[in-house]
Amino acid sequence: MIFSLEFLYVLVGLLLGTVALLTLLDKDHPRRVTSALFWGLYAFIYLAGDHIPAAAAGAVMIAMALLAGCGLVRQGKHGSLDEATRRASAARLGNKLFLPALVIPVVTVLGATVLKEVRIGDWLLFDQAHLTLASLGLGSLLAIGAACWLTKATPVQGVREARRLVDAMSWAVTLPHMLAVLGLLFTEAGVGKAVAQVSTSWFDVDSRFAAVALYCIAMAVFTIIMGNGFAAFPVIAGGIGIPVLVNVYGANPAIMAAIGMFSAYCGTLMTPMAANFNIVPAALLELPDKNAVIKAQIPTALPLLGANILLLYFLMNR
Amino acid sequence: MQTAVNLWPLLGVAVIAAGFLLRANPVLVVVAACGVTGAAAAMPFMHLLESLGTAFVKTRNLPLVLLLPLAAVGLLERYGLKEHAMASIAKIRSATAGRLLIVYLFLRETTAAAGLTSLGGQPSMVRPLVAPLAEGAAEARNGTLSDGLRYRIRAMAAATDNVGLFFGEDIFVAFGAIVLMQTILRAEGIEVDPLHMALWGIPTAVCAFVIHSWNLRRLDAAIRREGAGK
Repeated sequence: MIFSLEFLYVLVGLLLGTVALLTLLDKDHPRRVTSALFWGLYAFIYLAGDHIPAAAAGAVMIAMALLAGCGLVRQGKHGSLDEATRRASAARLGNKLFLPALVIPVVTVLGATVLKEVRIGDWLLFDQAHLTLASLGLGSLLAIGAACWLTKATPVQGVREARRLVDAMSWAVTLPHMLAVLGLLFTEAGVGKAVAQVSTSWFDVDSRFAAVALYCIAMAVFTIIMGNGFAAFPVIAGGIGIPVLVNVYGANPAIMAAIGMFSAYCGTLMTPMAANFNIVPAALLELPDKNAVIKAQIPTALPLLGANILLLYFLMNR
Repeated sequence: MQTAVNLWPLLGVAVIAAGFLLRANPVLVVVAACGVTGAAAAMPFMHLLESLGTAFVKTRNLPLVLLLPLAAVGLLERYGLKEHAMASIAKIRSATAGRLLIVYLFLRETTAAAGLTSLGGQPSMVRPLVAPLAEGAAEARNGTLSDGLRYRIRAMAAATDNVGLFFGEDIFVAFGAIVLMQTILRAEGIEVDPLHMALWGIPTAVCAFVIHSWNLRRLDAAIRREGAGK
């Protein structure tokens, strides 16, 4: 296949490597060497991750966390056009500016649906196991092409702009990745089993409403801790949903599962652990309060969790 | 199961909670939690390091969604994408930040329910288009915005994308969550029709739309109050 996951890893590795290099060459950068080291290590994981011993990759991750945690990863200065020039360019290019921006979602969707089995010669265009990511990769490259064609800029300028955005997010870029590692470690260490044991032996599930409320709230709380509804669902459905709601109160498993998963999503809206949804956007939108997105979501998440408890209570015996 | 479960790994969860309460650097908190969890589960140090490394390499696909669109988005921003988005929404008289985000919420939720989850997204839609459009609509009404209100509008734009995605995609039958639920229930000896699970998600999806839209109306009210207070 042409667009494989490995190819995308090389692309991102080269991008991060360039970020490291540009940082190292940036004379005015407040933490030039350590910031360059951070991005260089991350590039190394993308380019060589499959060829180094697992323990070495683990050591790289810890080194990156220490660099970020000790405040050694900083933002550089970036030359951008001033606002008047940007306004003039916006007026000149008009609605055409939207087109390259829409190329990414449109190509991704087409790639994952209509074009998924397209071949060029004997080669499949997209990696079948990672269809969405592969088409996102193609969409992103086409969008860069379209943007360069429209603005007469060079792809090198595109890489500089990518560095500006990566730099603005700084180490927050790596947080979702590191949380996923923690999630896998939690599974390996048996954290899920321990939580199910504690929640069913400490709480009273004698009344039907209490059982429903415990199930929905436990889903949300455990998701807040783990940052991922997919990690919470097996634990709470296996620990409370099936033994109590289905076996004792005769709930319909499909309804128990569907509303349970949505209760977990209410938790996702309220946790910094779901970094790619909650913390990264705050960095991406340059908000000074990194919890601003979570604060905007709590007034939706809490009433919705209440609605879920009522829905499950009234619907579960359908 | 009652006696064999080791409760010590829960210390890792406690480290996470404490770290976030103390507002320590999240990356450090995560690595500290990894160390504590490994120690509590009696993993030897080299084994822990290998587990971390294997997981770190295996999950490299996660940041791709964030990193791949950046070059194109950055380039368009340099040539005035944000400024143009804000100027074009200012021309629509009836547009308000809240109404605009309600429309986006509806589109995001229904397209996600049709399986088109990649039509939105924080780096590819919210930063270049949705947030500037919402800001532009509010600016057109009020003239200028205080920093606090500007940040609140941006945060609501990000929140709207998340709410639409989460509560739309779960109604889509081929979505990963439905597959996961089916797999877990099957392992427990329960067979469920994926279509049923998708259908029973609809009441919550409707509630999510209503509740979040109401919050967006409150955002409009806050913008109006600030506009009137000047």
